[in-house]
Amino acid sequence: MKKSTKNLINIALLALMFVVLYLLEQQFGRRSMLITVLKKGAIYALIAVSMNLLNGFTGLFSLGQAGFMLVGAYTYAVLTIPMAKRAAVYQYYDGGIIGFTVPAIVGILAAGALAALIAALIGLPVLRLKSDYLAIATLGFAEIIRAIIQWDTLGPITNGSNLLKTYPTFKSVIPVFAAATICIGIIVLLINSTYGRAFKAIRDDEIAAEAMGINLFHHKQMAFVISSFFAGIGGALLAMYQGSLQANAFKSSMTYEILLIVVIGGMGSISGSVLASFLFIAASEWWLRFLDTEMALFGGTFKVPLLRSGFRMVVFSIVIMVIVLFFRRGIMGENELWDLVEKRTKKAKGGAKR
Amino acid sequence: MFDKILPYLLSGISVGGQYALIAVGYTMVYGILRLINFAHGDIFTAAGFFMVYLCTALPVQISIPLVIILTVLLGFTVERIAYKPLRSAPRMSVMISAIGVSYLLQNLMWYVTGGLAKQYPTIPWISNSITIGTATTKVVTLITPLLTILLVIALVTIIQKTKIGMAMRAVSKDFETAQLMGIKIDSVISTTFIIGSLLAAVGSVLYFSNYTSVTPTVGAMPGLKAFVAAVFGGIGSIPGAVIGAFIIGICENIIKALGYTTFSDAFTFALLIVILLFKPTGLFGEKTSEKV
Repeated sequence: MKKSTKNLINIALLALMFVVLYLLEQQFGRRSMLITVLKKGAIYALIAVSMNLLNGFTGLFSLGQAGFMLVGAYTYAVLTIPMAKRAAVYQYYDGGIIGFTVPAIVGILAAGALAALIAALIGLPVLRLKSDYLAIATLGFAEIIRAIIQWDTLGPITNGSNLLKTYPTFKSVIPVFAAATICIGIIVLLINSTYGRAFKAIRDDEIAAEAMGINLFHHKQMAFVISSFFAGIGGALLAMYQGSLQANAFKSSMTYEILLIVVIGGMGSISGSVLASFLFIAASEWWLRFLDTEMALFGGTFKVPLLRSGFRMVVFSIVIMVIVLFFRRGIMGENELWDLVEKRTKKAKGGAKR
Repeated sequence: MFDKILPYLLSGISVGGQYALIAVGYTMVYGILRLINFAHGDIFTAAGFFMVYLCTALPVQISIPLVIILTVLLGFTVERIAYKPLRSAPRMSVMISAIGVSYLLQNLMWYVTGGLAKQYPTIPWISNSITIGTATTKVVTLITPLLTILLVIALVTIIQKTKIGMAMRAVSKDFETAQLMGIKIDSVISTTFIIGSLLAAVGSVLYFSNYTSVTPTVGAMPGLKAFVAAVFGGIGSIPGAVIGAFIIGICENIIKALGYTTFSDAFTFALLIVILLFKPTGLFGEKTSEKV
């Protein structure tokens, strides 16, 4: 297939996706479960892909994602709360000290930029560490970020440990998908570039990569900063989705969840991460809901055992453990959806010629 | 001045002892499997819940040994189900499996308890109040460091003097050679997990006698801090982990005394990063070099 036709097909598919989304939204309404799952799924897809860039493609086992999401979410919220509402939100800090408001899009970009800046600073010391030490150090930094944001002295900016709210949010599913698609698209382009190949070389063998003339630190730093940039944007989108924001929610368990999504999708597969995000969110928020409510069969004489609040997450985590233990490659392994499709069509064509 | 610091110092030593008991579990598992056992903190929490539920039916004297047995069983099962199948897999996969187990245990505990904090039973005598100088504290604060040191001495003796201890040392030095020499790797690893869980169970009894309420995620923080202590002392080294834990426990409480409670958790991680940068092998760790 020629490159230009391939691009055309991709654009057509994306356009089709947005048309379908629009129709779904018209059909089911903005508050329906389907649309909610799609919104949250798209945000998690972006965050999972950003983590996959680091863990799956560069081989840096970082567990700091929740920290960078937190930076992004707070940057966005702090910058975009309307002036008129600041007094109410910052009621314990005399209305806060920030005397301006920026439009939402600027807020989102600022969220990514600040997360990237902090990643650049953290990366300087941390990226010299190896595998599990790196994991623990990034986890530690995420906790430090959370402590700093909740610090009372910074209250006039971050509102301490109180809720941030009334910042602009989105109502339709379209803008979320647009933002996530653009960001994931940029990451895909990056991975297919020379830099992407250098990242993979570092993942497969650091020493060999260095011998081939790849500057290890430079490339690791780059992957770390870019991943954090998109995690920051993901954090800002998550803040918009939630409607209110508190630092306490961004604990290490959030990073673990995203890591598990990446593993389910396949470390080193963008489309795997995207698929897994939607599956993960749909399963945990929607499809398994019935496990949380008591059910009576045969006219109420037989109560199904075990079903009560919390059972959903137990079943869910058992499924995850089965995947982690027995299907270690995840849904996609290191393949991409589009590569598989291409192979399939090539095979079909080859068969037709004969 | 000293009068003001004393209560914090006491609770620092006590918390340090509790961290030490968890840290030993981390450091032993890491020494042998090169695995950060993320589920260790949750096993510690589970021990807390075992106590809560057992004490509703049984007297404390019977509950405590039962708690220890159940926790050991849990640790053993986790190793057999979640880590053993991955023996030949890359290290990253085992770590992910550990994170998965932690997620599972937390969700399971949430389900069983309904997400509510449970009141830890009062254990007679060790929950009593006692006055030292000007500070009032619980008996448990004084017992903890003593018990910790006794247990650690016993453990070090086991590792130095017994056959299984020798096998452990051999496995942690060189996994594959030890296997070739006829050491049953699986039983050595199981023993490691059993000892780790046993100490975590004792640590949990001491810890929750002090803090009294158990929630499904309460173990995550002490777990991480104990891990930092293990790294600080030099991962793989038991005395190192204990000393690291006491230092972290004391520093943390002094920071609280100075009025920076928000940063008491952050301090631990800052310490971790500093130690990783300047002395990655920790206080007593062995040097390793990477081979091509």
